[in-house]
Amino acid sequence: MKALGHVFKYGDNVDTDVIIPARYLNSFDAQELASHAMVDIDPEFVHKVQPGDLIVANKNFGCGSSREHAPLCLKTAGVSCVIAETFARIFYRNAINIGLPIIECPEAARGIEAGDEVEVDFDSGKIYNRTKGTEFQGQAFPEFMQKLIAAGGLVKYTNGKKAEK
Amino acid sequence: MGMTMTQKILAAHAGLDSVSAGQLIEAKLDVVMANDITGPMALPIFREMADQVYDKDKVVLVPDHFTPNKDIKSAENSKAIREFAKAQGLSWFFEQGKSGVEHAILPEAGVVTAGECIIGADSHTCTYGALGAFSTGVGTTDIATGMATGELWFKVPPAIKFVLTGKPGPYVSGKDIIIHIIGKIGVDGALYKSMEFTGDGIASLSMDDRFTMANMAIEAGAKNGIFPVDEQAEAYIREHSKKEYQIYTADEDAEYDEVVEIHLDEVRPTIAFPHLPGNAKTIDEVEAMEPIRIDQVVIGSCTNGRMEDMRKAAAILKGHTVHPDVRVMVVPATQKIYKQCIAEGLVDIFIDAGCAVNTPSCGPCMGGHMGVMAAGEKCVSTTNRNFVGRMGHVDSLIYLASPEVAAASAIAGCIANPEKVGDKS
Repeated sequence: MKALGHVFKYGDNVDTDVIIPARYLNSFDAQELASHAMVDIDPEFVHKVQPGDLIVANKNFGCGSSREHAPLCLKTAGVSCVIAETFARIFYRNAINIGLPIIECPEAARGIEAGDEVEVDFDSGKIYNRTKGTEFQGQAFPEFMQKLIAAGGLVKYTNGKKAEK
Repeated sequence: MGMTMTQKILAAHAGLDSVSAGQLIEAKLDVVMANDITGPMALPIFREMADQVYDKDKVVLVPDHFTPNKDIKSAENSKAIREFAKAQGLSWFFEQGKSGVEHAILPEAGVVTAGECIIGADSHTCTYGALGAFSTGVGTTDIATGMATGELWFKVPPAIKFVLTGKPGPYVSGKDIIIHIIGKIGVDGALYKSMEFTGDGIASLSMDDRFTMANMAIEAGAKNGIFPVDEQAEAYIREHSKKEYQIYTADEDAEYDEVVEIHLDEVRPTIAFPHLPGNAKTIDEVEAMEPIRIDQVVIGSCTNGRMEDMRKAAAILKGHTVHPDVRVMVVPATQKIYKQCIAEGLVDIFIDAGCAVNTPSCGPCMGGHMGVMAAGEKCVSTTNRNFVGRMGHVDSLIYLASPEVAAASAIAGCIANPEKVGDKS
């Protein structure tokens, strides 16, 4: 499994209120949520994001509320992977559970800039900055997590396992 | 090796003699809670896994965020969880008019108690740590799984031990202490960890102070915040809950990542400036600045909408009027608190001073409804987050403070020192 796209770069403490403001939480329709993704920190994001693009940020990405709408709106908007120095814990769990790949890698977070073209190999955990020709080693995704992401999230993965039995 | 209080609760709920930080466990859940934002989203996920909830006494639904419903979509969401609660025969569905903000109503109604393992699809679920429970916020998929199976996997957290000593001053409460702590360690200072509060200073903190502090553990990135169960906590639990409870204490040789000492008598009224709860400034620093003119004050929420908060705000506002340029919303967190405010004459004080008194709801806290701000406006709020756009326009500003600072600011029209308005000094 791989991710490949251009990077949207943000700083520390990107919170769930700017990823998807509460005024849009009267809906949990993924497409509708995606149309407001990142609006309070980067109104251009939804107009510019292309399928496969990545978000790279510094510390504590996804801090704040437990709204699963946050990773869901990013995934539905086309984001293929979020790389950050660290993630807030509820966001981390939620992202994995809905099948949005996220990687903690401080070196990559520092060494990647907005607009860079970046490739991530989930088997090896390698993050390759094609624009700058630099490479970073993130944590590889274990097989079950790759399957979980490929299945589209924890529930589909769990139900798939049940069906296999 | 010894265990922290949190680790002991997790070990007991995982059926293990001991656990250590970093260990992955599956734990049994005593309470699984969702609200009108996260609940409706969990239902289709739940239905992929099960037809019936694992225990109708343990799955709790609280419509509180966009209630009384602010628009058709929110009404549909409340309806979805209302119908689900009925169809499943849930014992705990907190309907508007008999209810309140989730993290105030669950302890008040005795749904949560000491020693329990609790998840809620709301990040401030960590509030119940004040009762000596392990309690943490999760997302929708996790809550749906909890509702279906009564179990969830956890990574056992390491802990930071906060040793509280001394006694807070007359205008210093749980809010000032927790903002002081987050200011000290940062908004990711306790990332993935437990915040375990200990020390003889705890005896001087009321239960409402402790709820406020545990509530904001998430604002330091923590998985949970937890207090020891002392006489005061046991008295609260016995008064509110019929459930059996279990008291856990940390082992003497429990291992902590860090030990932080907090001298309560040195904590000043403390305000968190935009846009992070850790952006702490003491009232003395604020007084040394140019006055910060404000447009709105909110007194309420799962952080500071409890009885003691209402009394403290009223004591400041009594006999004063709200500054002509300021709008004030007082939101008692539950119906019981609302009624008590009426009985004690606090509602008269608020209304005579020029405050709007609203029905219990999360309302303005996350810019949902009832107090959304326009561009350029500033608010002193007793809520828990001051992120960009949290309470409305992206160019509005939120200053987090205690009920006493909020009330003093309402009168002054700028962020103000309650010591100079109140009569306790």
